[in-house]
Amino acid sequence: MILERYFSSPWALLGLKLGAVLIFFLTAPLVIGYVEHKVLAHMQARLGPMEAGRFHGWAQLIADGVKFIQKEDITPTSADKWVFVLAPILVVVPVILIFVVIPFGPGYWAVNLDLGLFFALAISAIGVIGMLMAGWASANKFSLIGAIRGAAQLIAYELPLVLASAAVAMQAGTLSLVGIVEAQRSYWYVLPQIVGFGIFVTASLAELSRPPFDMPIADSEIIFGHMTEYTGIKFGLFLLSEYAGIVALSGLATVMYLGGWHSILVPGIPPPLWTLAKIGAISFLVIWLRATFPRLREDQLQKMAWKYLIPFALINILLTGVFKVVF
Amino acid sequence: MFPGGPGEGVELIVAGEGALATEEMVLNIGPQHPSTHGVLRVVITLDGERITDAEPVIGYMHRGFEKLAEARDYRQIIALVNRHDWLSAFGNEVGVALIVEKMMGLEVPPRATWIRMLMAEWNRILNHLMFLGSYGLELGAMTPMFYAFREREEIQALMEAATGGRLHFTYCRVGGLKDDLPKGFLQHSQKLVKLVRHRLLDYAGLLLGNEIFKKRTIGVGTLPGDVAKDYGVTGPILQASGIAEDSRLTEPYLFYDQVDFEVPTGSNGDSFDRFHVLYQRIEQSLRIIEQVHDKIPAGPIIPAKMPKTIKAPEGNYYLRTENSLGECGYYMVSTGDKRPWRMKMRTPSFSNVSMIPYLLPGILVPDLIAVLGSVFFVVGDVDR
Repeated sequence: MILERYFSSPWALLGLKLGAVLIFFLTAPLVIGYVEHKVLAHMQARLGPMEAGRFHGWAQLIADGVKFIQKEDITPTSADKWVFVLAPILVVVPVILIFVVIPFGPGYWAVNLDLGLFFALAISAIGVIGMLMAGWASANKFSLIGAIRGAAQLIAYELPLVLASAAVAMQAGTLSLVGIVEAQRSYWYVLPQIVGFGIFVTASLAELSRPPFDMPIADSEIIFGHMTEYTGIKFGLFLLSEYAGIVALSGLATVMYLGGWHSILVPGIPPPLWTLAKIGAISFLVIWLRATFPRLREDQLQKMAWKYLIPFALINILLTGVFKVVF
Repeated sequence: MFPGGPGEGVELIVAGEGALATEEMVLNIGPQHPSTHGVLRVVITLDGERITDAEPVIGYMHRGFEKLAEARDYRQIIALVNRHDWLSAFGNEVGVALIVEKMMGLEVPPRATWIRMLMAEWNRILNHLMFLGSYGLELGAMTPMFYAFREREEIQALMEAATGGRLHFTYCRVGGLKDDLPKGFLQHSQKLVKLVRHRLLDYAGLLLGNEIFKKRTIGVGTLPGDVAKDYGVTGPILQASGIAEDSRLTEPYLFYDQVDFEVPTGSNGDSFDRFHVLYQRIEQSLRIIEQVHDKIPAGPIIPAKMPKTIKAPEGNYYLRTENSLGECGYYMVSTGDKRPWRMKMRTPSFSNVSMIPYLLPGILVPDLIAVLGSVFFVVGDVDR
C-alpha cells in the first residue's frame, strides 16, 4: 500500500482512503454524466450543453447539481414521510460502498476484502429496497408500478449477474477483486469468459435500469417511475446514484473481465489510468446503447433473463469448471 | 372487456374463495402525460399491468373552431383552420380554399394548383416525420426524434422561403396563392427531396430493422380492416389495416389524377404496419413532389378576374381531402353571405381516436403506449 509508507495511524489511513472514495464517488458520475450529454448530443445531430463554464459546457453538471440543491424540496401530503426521505439515501449508499472494494491499481484500493466480489454483488442489490420504498412511500400509482417493475427486474437479473461472476471467481480461484486482477496477468478473462462478459454487461444494464432495460423509469409510460414525486436534492441523489452505478458496474466489469490495471501494448502509462480508461470504455458502450435501442417490455425482459441469460450462464459455469479441471 | 376486441380471448383472473384476491386499480393516463401528445386523457382500469377497461376522454382542447368560423368571412377561415391540426396546416387551408372556390365556381390557375400540391406534400412529410420520431420516443428510443427534427428543420426552412411561416403557413388564398414561389425554390426543393430520401434510411435502420422495435410492435394493437371501416378510421391507420382508401386516388382533387403514386398498405393492421405505412407514405410523397417539379407550368397564381367580395351562393357544399392523418371533410352551408352559416369539419384524428377503446382492453400498460403512439393523432384535431 502506498499510503501506509507515510501514515502510521490506521484510523487516519482509513479516513483518508474513505475520503478518496467519496471524492471519486462525487466526481466520476459528473464526468460520466457530462460525457453522456455530449456523446448523445453528437450522435443525435445536436451540440448538447454549450454554455455553462464557457468551454463546451463543461460545468453543466455542476450547475445542475447547484440547481437541485436550490430547488424546493416537496414531500407529497399523503406520502409516508420517513420512508420517503430514507429512500434516496438507501439508493445512494450501496453504490458508494461498491467503490470501497474496487482496486484501481497495484496498491490503489481502499479495502482489499477476501470476499470483495461477493460483497460488491450483495451490496449492489440493496438499492432496489430503496427503489421499492420510494415507490411505495410516494403515494403515486405511477411510482408504485415503477417500483414493482424495478423489483421484478432485479430478481430476474441478479441471478445471471451472480452466475456470470461465479465463473470468473472459479477461474481466478479467489473472490478477492485484487486477486482476480492479479490472476489476469497473462491474459484477460474477457477471452475465455466472453459469454460471461456479455451476460454480465446485459444484466448490469438491467440492474441499473438503463436503456434498453429502463422499464422501471420508462418516462413515456409511467412518468419517471419511483422518482416521479421526488424534487430537489432527493431527485439529485437518485440521478447521482444512477451515474455512480454506471461507474461502479463498469468498474466491476473492468476488474473481472478487462484485466483491471493491466496494460496492453503501451507500457509506461500509470496503472490507475488504465483502469479508468477501461471504465470509460464500458460506460461509453452503456451510453451508446441508450442512443440506439428502444425499450423492451417487462415480460420480454423476464423471458430474456430466465430463458436465455440464466441457462447460458449455467453452461458457462459448467465449461469453466471442465476447463479448470482438465487444464 | 370490449366485445369482439383483441382482449376478448384473454382470461381475467377472477379471485375465487381462498384464491389470492387482486384489486383493480384505476389509472388516469393524462390529460397531462408525456405520451398523449397534448391533452388526451385515457382512464384505464388495471389488473396488475393488464388493462381491463379503457375510456378516452376528449375535449380538453376544444376551442370552438366551427362556431368561430360562423363569425369569420371565408378569407379569415383559411387562417383559422391552420390551427386545429397544427401538424398539417397547409393541408387544412387547401381544403377550405378548395371548397370556397367550389362554392363560388372560381377557376384556379394551374400554376397555383401545382404549387398547392407541392406544399401539401411537403407538409405531409413534415407531419409524418413528426410521428416517425415521436413513436420512437414513446418506445424509449430517443434518437429518431432528433433526426426527425433535423429533417423537419430543413423542410420548414424551405416552406418558410415561400410562405413566410414555419408552422401556420396561411399561403392559400381563395382563388390561388398569396405569392409566387421565390427564385431558386424548385432547385432547393429538388435537393431536399434527395436529402430526405437518403436520410429516411436512418429511420429504417434505427427502428424498422430493430429487433426490439419489432418485438414491441408486431402483433400489438391489431385492427382488422372491417372494424377500422366501422369506426370511420381513415388515412395511414386504415391503410395499415389493408384497405387502400385514399381520396387522392379514389376522388382526386387538385391534380392528383395527373401524377403517379401508390397507396401503401399493411397486411396485419398492427402497430408495426401503421408505422411502416407512415414511412412508405413519405416515400410516395417524395415521388409526387418530384413529378410536380417537372410539371409545374409558368403563369399567374391568382385569377385575373377576382370578384370584389367573396360571397358564396346559397346552398350546401361538401368536399373531402386526404389530409396527412386521414380524410378531412368540409361541410359548408351558405345563405349567400360573406360568412358561412355553418361549417362542419370531419377531422381524421377524431374518428381515429374513437377506436382506442376497441384496441386497449386486454393489453399491457407498455403496449398501451405502443398502441396510442401508433394511432397517429393530433389532439387539436380531435377536439377542434
